Amino acid sequence: MELPRNPVTRRWLGLLPALLTISLFMILPMCILLVFSFMEADPYGGVDPGFTFEGYIQILFERDFDELLQFDATYLRIIWRSIILASLATLGCLVLGLPVAYFITRQNARTQSMLLFLITLPFWTNLLVRTYAWILILTADGVIEQPLKFLGIIDESLEMMYTNGAVGVGLVYTYIPLMVLPIYASLEKLDFRLIEAAHDLYADRIMVARKVIIPLAAPGIIAGCILVLVPSLGAFVAPDLLGGGRKLMMGSLIQTQFAAARNWPFGSALAICLLAIVMIALMYQARVASRRRAEAGE
Amino acid sequence: MSDTNKTSAVTGRNVVKQFGSGDHLVTALDGVSLEIEDNEFFTLLGPSGCGKTTLLRLIAGFEMPTKGEIFLFGDEIEDLPPHKRSINTVFQHYALFPHMTVGENVAFGLRMLGQNEAEITKRVEESLTLAKMESFIKRKPVQLSGGQQQRVALARALAPQPKVLLLDEPLSALDLKLRQAMRLELKTLQRETGITFIFVTHDQEEALTMSDRIAVMSAGQIQQVGGPHEIYEQPVNRFVADFIGDTNFLEAEITVVDGDFANCQVNNELSFKVKSIAKHSIGDKVTLALRPEKISLAQSGEVQGRITEAVYLGTDTSYSVAISDSITLAVRDQIDLTGHARFAEGDLVGVGMSADAVRMLID
Repeated sequence: MELPRNPVTRRWLGLLPALLTISLFMILPMCILLVFSFMEADPYGGVDPGFTFEGYIQILFERDFDELLQFDATYLRIIWRSIILASLATLGCLVLGLPVAYFITRQNARTQSMLLFLITLPFWTNLLVRTYAWILILTADGVIEQPLKFLGIIDESLEMMYTNGAVGVGLVYTYIPLMVLPIYASLEKLDFRLIEAAHDLYADRIMVARKVIIPLAAPGIIAGCILVLVPSLGAFVAPDLLGGGRKLMMGSLIQTQFAAARNWPFGSALAICLLAIVMIALMYQARVASRRRAEAGE
Repeated sequence: MSDTNKTSAVTGRNVVKQFGSGDHLVTALDGVSLEIEDNEFFTLLGPSGCGKTTLLRLIAGFEMPTKGEIFLFGDEIEDLPPHKRSINTVFQHYALFPHMTVGENVAFGLRMLGQNEAEITKRVEESLTLAKMESFIKRKPVQLSGGQQQRVALARALAPQPKVLLLDEPLSALDLKLRQAMRLELKTLQRETGITFIFVTHDQEEALTMSDRIAVMSAGQIQQVGGPHEIYEQPVNRFVADFIGDTNFLEAEITVVDGDFANCQVNNELSFKVKSIAKHSIGDKVTLALRPEKISLAQSGEVQGRITEAVYLGTDTSYSVAISDSITLAVRDQIDLTGHARFAEGDLVGVGMSADAVRMLID
């Protein structure tokens, strides 16, 4: 086959597979989601033709017996809880993940690849199974409580399950590899002579971490935070299993609308809402980053 | 050596440093003792792996000695972490903080010492002026050339006014011209600031041009400490003579002992009356050293030799002169005024050797 001579045409031709994949598996589903969010709900699932804002209205209002709209903060509370829990989970991942990533970079090459393998190991097991393991750990008379009771440290159950804390722990556990790996990638390039130089210039360990290690790991930290925050917002396995459906997050709410509640337009509207939150957060981050780069004169 | 009421800047007492353990035990420093005087440009010179960088890192505090003590102006410091020692380092690859400007880099040490902003601004300007980098204060390290980064690293290390400045082969990454210019500048800087400089290098020329005193190191031990002239003219052993400059080594046997002097016979062909370095008796085997530039060539002479190789070096010519089947000497001879080598390969020449230039060595 004769390849086109025009370099622009050739470039587009080369990009075609990627463009096709993205449009087929990302843009098209999103468009469907957007369209569905403005359609009418079919009681048996799916959507009926017709244009309505009902899906979006349901996020903020409830219809009373007279079909009048009453403001209802239930779903707003869930959105708010999602944002708070996802942020806390991100913070938790950062606090735990940064020292881990730093520790890994200080090991020799063999130990490093071994530790990195261990970090990615959980990905080889189904998330559902791993989250069930956490139920066994946190539940009343579970792995944590039994020894504590045996030692007489506690008498009553700590009631750790079905709390925001349990969901948070589940989220941190699920997404911490996504924090460790990008931070490792940026710390791995860090020249350790810089740390020596900082020590030499009268910086103690804390100042070395604050002034040298963290600033230079910043790209990895930002990437890790995005990688953890975004899926945490939409997570539904941990909130469902560890929050017991009592502490709903957006992900589980959306999942419920498509499955049990059979209200696809409402589920789609919530999904679009989640997407908007994520987009706003990312755009804000990008603006801050570009402003900082401009200040640095790069 | 030092008078009693003067304290050395840095004193090392029987310092041993070992890395690893068991079968992989490596002794990097094997009982090093030295005194570095205040306001001195002191150089640790030796081939790679001789322990000079390890010694520097022990003084800086990046490593702890396995045995022995290190003193800084009389205070024992070997257990102190680097940030508690009034010692700064200019690193081989500069190690400038890439996320900070030149000014912030230089201010770093002063900030960590908790000095006030006015003082910091003043010191940063002074240090950058000293290093001739004051116009680059707002730049980032990536925007600087190697030589400029070197100057910033120097300014950064000098800004906190340390008692001792350590320089770890700081010139090795620069090109020849820049390196030569920086040598003189470093020397001037040391005199102006009055700070004790400890300079590590494997380049003997660098050591000879800059240092007040040099410690020649090999295999984790100090072989000789002395001024550049002493190190070059009176090497104490074969290693020092070999490492500093070029040397002809001649195996000789003592035939006559005459007070402090001994007659040394080389292969029954040459004989020198040389100052002894130890109690010798007739028949002892010794090594004699003779620098190539201390041998003169003439059209004819008492000792005859044939030129087997002539290499043009610009300022002079390097010859190999065979005196006999077993003795071949390296000789340096100046290029004549017309720019030509005085002799060619195959020429028969007279070889002049003064016994004053011959040194007896410990092996």
